[in-house]
Amino acid sequence: MSGALIAGWLRLAASRIAAERVHLTELDAAIGDGDHGINLHRGFGALEARLAAGDFATDAPGPLLVLAGRTITGTVGGASGALYGRALLRAGAALEAWPGGSVVTSAQLAAVLRAAVDGVAALGRSRPGEKTMLDALVPAVVACEAAGATGVDVASALHRAADAAEAGARDTLPLLATKGRASYLGERSIGHLDPGAVSSALLLRALADAAAGGA
Amino acid sequence: MKKLINTPEREVDEALAGMAAAHPDLIRVEEPNIIVRKDAPRPGKVGVISGGGSGHEPMHGGFVGLGMLDAACPGAVFTSPVPDQMLAATKAVNGGAGVLHIVKNYTGDIMNFEIAAELAQAEGIEVASVVIADDVAVKDSLYTAGRRGVGGTVLAEKIVGAAAEAGADLKTVTALCQKVQDNVRSMGMALTSCTVPAAGKPTFDISDTEMEIGVGIHGEPGRRREALRPADEIVEMLVTPILEEGIFASGDRVLAFVNGMGGTPLIELYVAYRKVNEILTGRGITIARNLVGSYITSLEMAGLSITLLKLDDELLRFWDAPVKTPALRWGV
Repeated sequence: MSGALIAGWLRLAASRIAAERVHLTELDAAIGDGDHGINLHRGFGALEARLAAGDFATDAPGPLLVLAGRTITGTVGGASGALYGRALLRAGAALEAWPGGSVVTSAQLAAVLRAAVDGVAALGRSRPGEKTMLDALVPAVVACEAAGATGVDVASALHRAADAAEAGARDTLPLLATKGRASYLGERSIGHLDPGAVSSALLLRALADAAAGGA
Repeated sequence: MKKLINTPEREVDEALAGMAAAHPDLIRVEEPNIIVRKDAPRPGKVGVISGGGSGHEPMHGGFVGLGMLDAACPGAVFTSPVPDQMLAATKAVNGGAGVLHIVKNYTGDIMNFEIAAELAQAEGIEVASVVIADDVAVKDSLYTAGRRGVGGTVLAEKIVGAAAEAGADLKTVTALCQKVQDNVRSMGMALTSCTVPAAGKPTFDISDTEMEIGVGIHGEPGRRREALRPADEIVEMLVTPILEEGIFASGDRVLAFVNGMGGTPLIELYVAYRKVNEILTGRGITIARNLVGSYITSLEMAGLSITLLKLDDELLRFWDAPVKTPALRWGV
């Protein structure tokens, strides 16, 4: 997993968020405060601009993820900015801690994703089943860990992780929200998709597609 | 959408530039979008900062100045600010005696302030945080994000700011802020929705004959939607749950705060205050101080919130202490 793949992923993610921002905002308007797409678009747009301007003077994947995490933390705002920023920072730190600083096997990839998702769970003081982004992220990590145990390649593991995230996001529909603004709705939150789970699945699918494209 | 703006993207920046131009004697605006007291940092004084999404003006930026906040961090409209802002504000107001973060209980605010506090502490600044969660419309249970921080925040910022101005240390200031939180409760209602500029359409649909009881300051749903009633009945619906909290009893002195949500004229707030006074007097509760006006708003939403704070001599003294900010001024 090279720095070029990370940069390619972030650019692909930015363009897909731009395309989906109205949909994400509508999902949020139903059970939150109706700004999820607006905020992510602002942050990933800023990230894309910094990549294009060559602001990040590194080709190494770990440091690149850390810089991306700082950018997202500093531009998105709200809970989603803090959480996605934390995920990228933790993933970057996990990569930096390894000799070579890169992911070679799917087992290593699983460990990086685990570090990122554990960071999200700790900051949000949440766990799966509460109608949050963890309902997409945790199944993705579990799928990736299973793939890592069987020794498939990184691209295949990411494909399975993205599938699991999308299934997890769909499965938030009947859940009762007990974290975040959606929790104020109580039972009225049932029957809606969680916008954070949907954007998490979008980000993981973009990563899988970037890896499959050999970026 | 019909708004007096240039573009949604520039609204917050342009409003901050306007505030800086209007109040150069009280505040300065610095990158990355923070409002700082003109003479900060003051050596030896505890710094007091707050922040939150924009759209609640005059909170928080209008409360920066002598005897209240040392800095405020405005985010995008209804979106929590980012840690870079709270870190910059913390550094800008640190006079060596530590900094208190007053945080309203919203998931995004909590997380972003938490990250900022970690970063500031890593730079050697002592930081304490108090979470304001006074909205009785939300059930405080394991199954919600907890009560929202609403009108009590304004009172906390005034009282805590006065204590910091008087030279209290960080531990004392923090305990005082927690004391305000423990003794303050609020509830609000809406007649109309608000419209977030970037969204371009009303946050919720509500007909001319309906009202939302227990609404939040972002147009979040409240306890229930029901048919519009006369002001006196609405005030009863808001004051009753506050009194049921078990904090306020006959013989108590309170500060009664009747707050407009942004689209309600002062004449209606006084109609409501009249009824608040009548209810509390009937219960043997004395309104020792009051605040009537629009201080924590929800853009152009019509409606009001009612906040009661149980007073003792200490809280009364700090409430009465001099304050000189863009939005609150007395005693100077």
